Amino acid sequence: MTATATFDKGGPSRPVRHGSMSRDRTLALRWSYFFLILFVLFFLTPPIYMLITSLKTSGEIAGARNPWWVFDPTLLNYQTLLTSPEFLRFIWNSALVSVLVVAITMVVSVTAAFALSRMRFWGSATLATGIFLCYLIPETLLFIPLFKMFAVFNQLTDIQLLNKWYVLVIIYPTLTVPFCTWIMIGYFASIPKELDEAALIDGASYIQILTKVFIPVALPGIIAATIFAFTVSWAQFLYPLAFTTSSDQLVLPVGIITTLIKGDVYNWGQIMTGALITAAPPLIIYAFLMDYYIAGLTAGATKG
Amino acid sequence: MAQVTLNKIVKMYDETPAVRGIDLDIADKEFVVLVGPSGCGKSTTLRMIAGLEDITGGEIVIGGHVVNDVPPKDRDIAMVFQNYALYPHMTVFENMSFGLRLKRVARAEIQQRVENAARILDITELLSRKPKQLSGGQRQRVAMGRAIVRDPKVFLFDEPLSNLDAKLRVQMRTEIKKVHQKVRTTTVYVTHDQVEAMTLADRVVVMNGGLIEQVGTPNELYHHPRTRFVAGFIGSPAMNFIPCKLEQAAGALRILLPGGIAFAVPADRTARYRDHAGRADLLLGLRPEHITETHRNIDPGQQEFQVTLEVIEPMGMETMIYFQIDGVEVCGRVNPAAGAEAGQPMQLLADLNHMHLIDEKTGLML
Amino acid sequence: MVDTATRAGGLDGRPVHASQRSGLRRLMQRKSTIAFLLTLPLILIITTLVIYPAFYAVHLATLNKSMERFVGFGNFTFLFKREIFWDVVRQSCVFAITAVLFKALIGFFVAHFVHAIPAKGQRKWRGMLLVPWVIPPAMSTLAWFWLFDPSYSAINWLLVGMGIDPIPFLGNSNWARFSVILVNVWYGAPFFMIMYLAALKSVPEQLYEAAAIDGANWWQRLWYVTLPMMRNIISITVLFSLIVTFANFDIVRVLTAGGPIDKTHVFATYAFLLGIQGGDIPLGAAVSLFMVPILAVAAVIILRDITKRGNEA
Repeated sequence: MTATATFDKGGPSRPVRHGSMSRDRTLALRWSYFFLILFVLFFLTPPIYMLITSLKTSGEIAGARNPWWVFDPTLLNYQTLLTSPEFLRFIWNSALVSVLVVAITMVVSVTAAFALSRMRFWGSATLATGIFLCYLIPETLLFIPLFKMFAVFNQLTDIQLLNKWYVLVIIYPTLTVPFCTWIMIGYFASIPKELDEAALIDGASYIQILTKVFIPVALPGIIAATIFAFTVSWAQFLYPLAFTTSSDQLVLPVGIITTLIKGDVYNWGQIMTGALITAAPPLIIYAFLMDYYIAGLTAGATKG
Repeated sequence: MAQVTLNKIVKMYDETPAVRGIDLDIADKEFVVLVGPSGCGKSTTLRMIAGLEDITGGEIVIGGHVVNDVPPKDRDIAMVFQNYALYPHMTVFENMSFGLRLKRVARAEIQQRVENAARILDITELLSRKPKQLSGGQRQRVAMGRAIVRDPKVFLFDEPLSNLDAKLRVQMRTEIKKVHQKVRTTTVYVTHDQVEAMTLADRVVVMNGGLIEQVGTPNELYHHPRTRFVAGFIGSPAMNFIPCKLEQAAGALRILLPGGIAFAVPADRTARYRDHAGRADLLLGLRPEHITETHRNIDPGQQEFQVTLEVIEPMGMETMIYFQIDGVEVCGRVNPAAGAEAGQPMQLLADLNHMHLIDEKTGLML
Repeated sequence: MVDTATRAGGLDGRPVHASQRSGLRRLMQRKSTIAFLLTLPLILIITTLVIYPAFYAVHLATLNKSMERFVGFGNFTFLFKREIFWDVVRQSCVFAITAVLFKALIGFFVAHFVHAIPAKGQRKWRGMLLVPWVIPPAMSTLAWFWLFDPSYSAINWLLVGMGIDPIPFLGNSNWARFSVILVNVWYGAPFFMIMYLAALKSVPEQLYEAAAIDGANWWQRLWYVTLPMMRNIISITVLFSLIVTFANFDIVRVLTAGGPIDKTHVFATYAFLLGIQGGDIPLGAAVSLFMVPILAVAAVIILRDITKRGNEA
């Protein structure tokens, strides 16, 4: 099963006909909808509750009324956060880091994937498996030695890496590049070799084949990989928590958790608003580009 | 008794009709082939017999029981699919015995039935292999073995040879015929290949656009097609259809082809066609095998004419010739030694004893 | 064959004369050189930021707290003597196995239902069901944290309304463990659902029809047709998820920070506590390293199962 962008058109267009006749089928359908509704409720409750809470005042939250309903909706929380320079700084840092990481990731993985899928060279097979094995080394193993490495680097070169947002730009690609390369290898592999050969005969060099043939044809895969890289960067928590501490260097996830949760007084209205704002970009991308999202996921895993 | 009867069978997909009313009686032990172009409804009809599709209208009777609401496993049928549908993770033996194992048949009996079927199909050495280790022809035989083991009332074949290469297809055709002779189960076979239909069937059902065009033995369909569609579908290369006029002159009927060629209608046909004299909306149907090189002993039904050949195709045992009559491409078959040459005129013989006249508008034979 | 094409034309298409060709240029034009250069960034990133730190961690784990002296296995013996460490090992394993089990079951279950409804509706149900996976886990865990809040829990409000006692989701150690697993399952089940849905769709319809004719009912079809065809996908997703869940940091950190009384600590959070917050880097490294053998064993077992089965389709 090659990893082209298979946009799922759903099951057979004729009614499913396993064995028996209509009555069995409508019963099965009713059960399906029943369970689907149940699970949708389970999966969507937290984000919906985030939204509900974000529209409440602190007073209403502290009161003992029905927490599932907003009695006095207010946009005060949104206003406060979106005019707070500290919060805006978080958004800016997150955006900057994510965009840079996506750019780096795409350049590195597309070129590497092209070389690995098209140009047979010594060690290409081992390298490809090596990329997969990379995922067996989790970030939770690496963050401690990296912390020490950055400290040492600072001593040797006077460049401050710890507590600077740009250290994240260096580190995040380790999380995104392997999987994106893997996705792109799948997409590139599904492009017929005759296309390269035709281009070679037409006089293109390898770089030109990459830019004029492969990238346009594999565009769905590129979009899927870009979305993946962005989402992973945006949502990262461990690395920024470990490596950045000053308020002006924080990204959104860490910023919300460390600054909005101060001492014993939690302003849940603001916290949930912040959380929702953080969740918004991935959700919006998902809403519009859901097929690419899913294609990227399934492409990576089903190829293995 | 394993007769199958289809009464006014209709199948609708939402608003689109796929099968528009089929009546068919299949006798016990008969081998019936449903043949027709893509989309004619033959596969849909087969799947309705199998129970894999709901029946929108009409009744299907198998072995005396109406089976409209009966699930496939209780209809006592077995099916061979185009893509074999073998369970990839099971051995050949397990594939063939799956249905019996589900019914909890005794192991000894399973063993005996599977070995019996394997012997008939000559696949005994393959019993412990998995499908991925088999060739296309072997897989097809395993699929048939699975059907035989069930010992059903009816075998259903859904284009089983379409995935095989040409040579293998010819081999497997013979295998299927031999199996039918041995096992003698009522069979309904679907194909789009008229050669398969002609060689395998006791009776052929030609379908088009959701309806039956004609039912008959292969010979009947070949010599006495009732519609233009059947005449053009059966036989390869296809029958030639040339627009013509039917004239009456001095008590005798003549067929006038555009470009000047005229044929006299043979005496035994005169009675049939007399009432249509004067019509200009007719097609002359003549098979390529009835357009040959001329020779000395010809009877009145066979008449000579001359044309300039366009293309010749030497086939070894005969040579196909192609020429035009007023823009209509016509095909004939001549002896390779007859001296046919592309671009040269040639004297040909039309055997009008085998002619057909077709109403151009309705497509029906006169 | 390809090399002659590039050599004859040069990188800019003009014919190359013998006198112009230096050794370096020839080197640059060779396919394998270009290929190597293209993969160089990838290799650099992985070597410096993944492989090297992994080995460095091993070195660090052998040092003392101030990182001046070599203490060999000293850190490990220290950890082995502490009960909290073995709690962490046990908790990490139990969380991972339980969570992955439920994620796989729920994912499989839900995928079936989505597959069973007519094609047109599938897309929007699938869209809604994948949402947990899209939201940054740290943020959605915050939402659960709020849902579990000891004083204001909205869930407890519902329970009390139905006459049930409120549940100390985060205060009681067993309930806290339950909560961690629950949030893990909530977050990860959609991923399984999407994978299994794709796998379900790839099973040829004709196999089900043949099984129907052979007389299989719905669970026999599941057991004899669906599951065998999906075996590889199931193994891969389980492996992937085991690794990710085992090494999980975000959920535990935000939900319980390891508490109450360290009863929900996993390797990642405990290492963070010791290494970054406690300033004892070698000890933290030792804790994280302990994950490796367990992960390696799991990976070997499952990968062996996959290659043994081969490709049967």
